[in-house]
Amino acid sequence: MNESQPDTREEQPTSVDREGLIAALRPLLPEDALLIDEEDLRPYECDGLSAYRRMPLLVALPDHIDQVRAILRQCYELNVPVVARGAGTGLSGGALPLEQGVLLSLAKFKDILEIDPHRRIARVQPGVRNLAISQAADQYGLYYAPDPSSQIACTIGGNVAENSGGVHCLKYGLTVHNIQKLRIVTIEGELLDIGGEGLDAAGYDLLALMTGSEGMLGVIVEVTVKLLPKPDRAQVLLAAFDDVVKAGAAVGNIISAGIIPAGLEMMDKLAIQAAEDFVHAGYPLDAEAILLCELDGTNEEVSEHIYQVREILRQSGATEVRTARDEAERMTFWKGRKAAFPAVGRLSPDYYCMDGTIPRKRLPEVLRAMADMSKEYDLPVANVFHAGDGNLHPLILYDANKEGELERTEEFGGRILELCVQVGGTITGEHGVGMEKINQMCVQFNPLELTQFHAIKEAFDPRGLLNPGKAVPTLHRCAEFGAMHVHHGELPFPELERF
Amino acid sequence: MQEQDISVSLQEHVQEAMASHIPLRVQGNGTKDFLGRPSQGERLDISEHQGIINYEPTELVITARTGTPLKDIEKILSDYQQMTPFEPPYFGANATLGGTIACNLSGPWRPYAGAARDFVLGTRLLNGKGDIMNFGGEVMKNVAGYDVSRLMAGAMGTLGVMLEVSIKVLPKPEQETTLIMHGPSGRAALDLMHSWARLPHPVSATAYHDEQLYVRLSGTPDSVRVARELIGGEEQDEDFTRQFWQSIKNHQHDFFSSTDPLWRLSVASDTRPMQLVGNWLYEWGGAQRWLSSTESAETIRKAAAEAGGHATLYRNGAQGDELFHPLAPGLMRIHQQLKKAFDPKGILNPGRMYKEL
Ligand SMILES: Cc1cc2nc3c(=O)[nH]c(=O)nc-3n(C[C@H](O)[C@H](O)[C@H](O)COP(=O)(O)OP(=O)(O)OC[C@H]3O[C@@H](n4cnc5c(N)ncnc54)[C@H](O)[C@@H]3O)c2cc1C
Repeated sequence: MNESQPDTREEQPTSVDREGLIAALRPLLPEDALLIDEEDLRPYECDGLSAYRRMPLLVALPDHIDQVRAILRQCYELNVPVVARGAGTGLSGGALPLEQGVLLSLAKFKDILEIDPHRRIARVQPGVRNLAISQAADQYGLYYAPDPSSQIACTIGGNVAENSGGVHCLKYGLTVHNIQKLRIVTIEGELLDIGGEGLDAAGYDLLALMTGSEGMLGVIVEVTVKLLPKPDRAQVLLAAFDDVVKAGAAVGNIISAGIIPAGLEMMDKLAIQAAEDFVHAGYPLDAEAILLCELDGTNEEVSEHIYQVREILRQSGATEVRTARDEAERMTFWKGRKAAFPAVGRLSPDYYCMDGTIPRKRLPEVLRAMADMSKEYDLPVANVFHAGDGNLHPLILYDANKEGELERTEEFGGRILELCVQVGGTITGEHGVGMEKINQMCVQFNPLELTQFHAIKEAFDPRGLLNPGKAVPTLHRCAEFGAMHVHHGELPFPELERF
Repeated sequence: MQEQDISVSLQEHVQEAMASHIPLRVQGNGTKDFLGRPSQGERLDISEHQGIINYEPTELVITARTGTPLKDIEKILSDYQQMTPFEPPYFGANATLGGTIACNLSGPWRPYAGAARDFVLGTRLLNGKGDIMNFGGEVMKNVAGYDVSRLMAGAMGTLGVMLEVSIKVLPKPEQETTLIMHGPSGRAALDLMHSWARLPHPVSATAYHDEQLYVRLSGTPDSVRVARELIGGEEQDEDFTRQFWQSIKNHQHDFFSSTDPLWRLSVASDTRPMQLVGNWLYEWGGAQRWLSSTESAETIRKAAAEAGGHATLYRNGAQGDELFHPLAPGLMRIHQQLKKAFDPKGILNPGRMYKEL
């Protein structure tokens, strides 16, 4: 996306004494670990949602927990906000810096501290890349299950902060299901261990609360993840359909038969064509939708399930069902899916990736409504879909250089998310709220719920210095955003307190 | 089951209690009264708040009011060949869904499938101010806002009164069998459990007691057959499989009949057999260990902490004993602040978990 100015009203209005802050942080860090020059700050002005850009006041790159503690303690004392950052691949502007705040990069925390094959855990620093964990565990026949498409680049700290998923979460769960312990530093500089070496810990489930908290509650400085044995075998089926509704029904039929595939992905016609043009995966170009269904487990289990799933797909009206003959073909089938975003990116100067979840049975009406909106806004949309768990990734194609297209795209995107809420889903399945979906939070949650979120934040961060202005909107913002929507005939929050 | 929505009266009750600072004892059918510290207060009775609101087998989700008996939920799931994979213990025939989730109770399958908290997708709850709120939902993936619904699992009603819960369910395995190995030492048993867990076998439960190692396999017929051949041991019939794991889960096994204090140690799974005097039963691949012992709380807690975990005095404690493992001061402070964030007047199950909460 091209640049647009994020709305910054909610962040700390105070201006920070930059020179004083630099002088206070210098002694805490090695010389080259504090970036202050514009050219050094530039790479940190945005995350994966590059439409939103803002220069940080300065960037700190600690490589030791004690440094993180000292920096946070200092920022707390000086009342300076802090934004944590992993690899900056986030797609919702969660790591967007503050002009009057410190950007705290965890990128130097790159060590895998321990792999214990016996207990099947890995203890790693937060800047370790997702894929690096599985690579290091491979020698023991183990791997880390959540596999976001960005896994070569994104960090485990960022994964925890976003509760990231991947194509295998239907069977293996999200980040929250695959971690066991965290070490975090609070804004006051205190180091806390959350979770434990066992399967649960005493007290409240703070591990769940931290997961997906988008850097708002604490800075993650160590993560213990669970590892799984690599399946004996994985096999993928590709089914083509002449109707997306039939493809959607096939997903339900597989699950009703008692089979939980490792991955179950759907692509619509535009996405199929884009992927095919880009990587030549051999996808059927005349199909309205394809399903990729991966089955894994023991050899016997996979054989039994492949047979059953083929039958189900045929009975569900698939026009064609292919089984990958070997590992090479399995990789080819997946290649098109994994390259879907960049592939769609070739069709148009810009694209905007959405991330809502819906109850799967509502898929036909949601797709229909999206097609209508696509006409209304005159912007094409391609659909890539984690079909097994109802997580939609509509990709809106646009050209930021065309007057007004970005604004139309954002509005279209916002309406898709609102539609997801209307049918009983959510505005974000895995990419987080960040800066991007902050307004739609007002659609999904009412003022009481938002107030509860703010109270939770206050329990960890009473001064509101960690990633302020993200993830949870103020009631004030919702009142303004809500007002925009009154013309749809309903006053969203009549009971809202205004201040 | 008597379908009934009493959320409005529950809300009024909490609002009145909040206004007049009356502590409330949140209770379903009281099957978990033994668990946790005794809490005084007026009874807030959830048991009448019953009914399955939504069950979509193909969406793998069920939503019910929290007073709904667990057995009714498991019955309907079973009619559709589905189940709650965390295999919740009942600890009494009338266990409710709410109590089960509030205590985050999980059974034999837990180390392989996940705990109750892992299957919670959403909840509708009342906080200590009497606000009714919804968090999470019925979809598998949802990262909007903090994960309040999972936070409720294991909070024992001290943060909120859950009114409805949505949980993820899974298909029942096609086949199950149990194998017994006679005679291994504690250490050998732990080694075996760990070696199985490193292979993609369909192991769904393990237990060790009295030099007998029990392992359950659940999966497709062929995968169970192959694993059975690899693992060995003496195969048991279907009745045994059903009854034995039930008896472990619900504490009906002979091991649990002792009147000595019963401790639950949740530790690093590969912790060597611990030097605490008493009778042991291991579960969860070694990660959950039951100890019936008269050793002092201090000794037991120290040993559990050294093993990376914590110890809970589950049953047969003396009046006034601390039941849950003490929290580090920094963590306790966060707990207290969270309690305040949900229940500013401290009226929901005060002292049930820790006296500070
Ligand atoms: C091509 C592409 C494909 C993607 N595919 C997927 C996908 O399949 N599934 C999916 O879930 N996501 C996907 N993403 C989104 C993104 O990769 C994930 O959200 C990822 O977890 C972000 O990790 P990061 O290290 O880049 O975090 P960042 O972007 O640096 O930060 C993300 C958030 O986490 C916070 N944060 C980072 N590190 C810490 C820490 N140590 N302590 C506290 N807070 C911290 C930040 O403040 C910010 O709010 C994709 C992104 C791209 C660009």
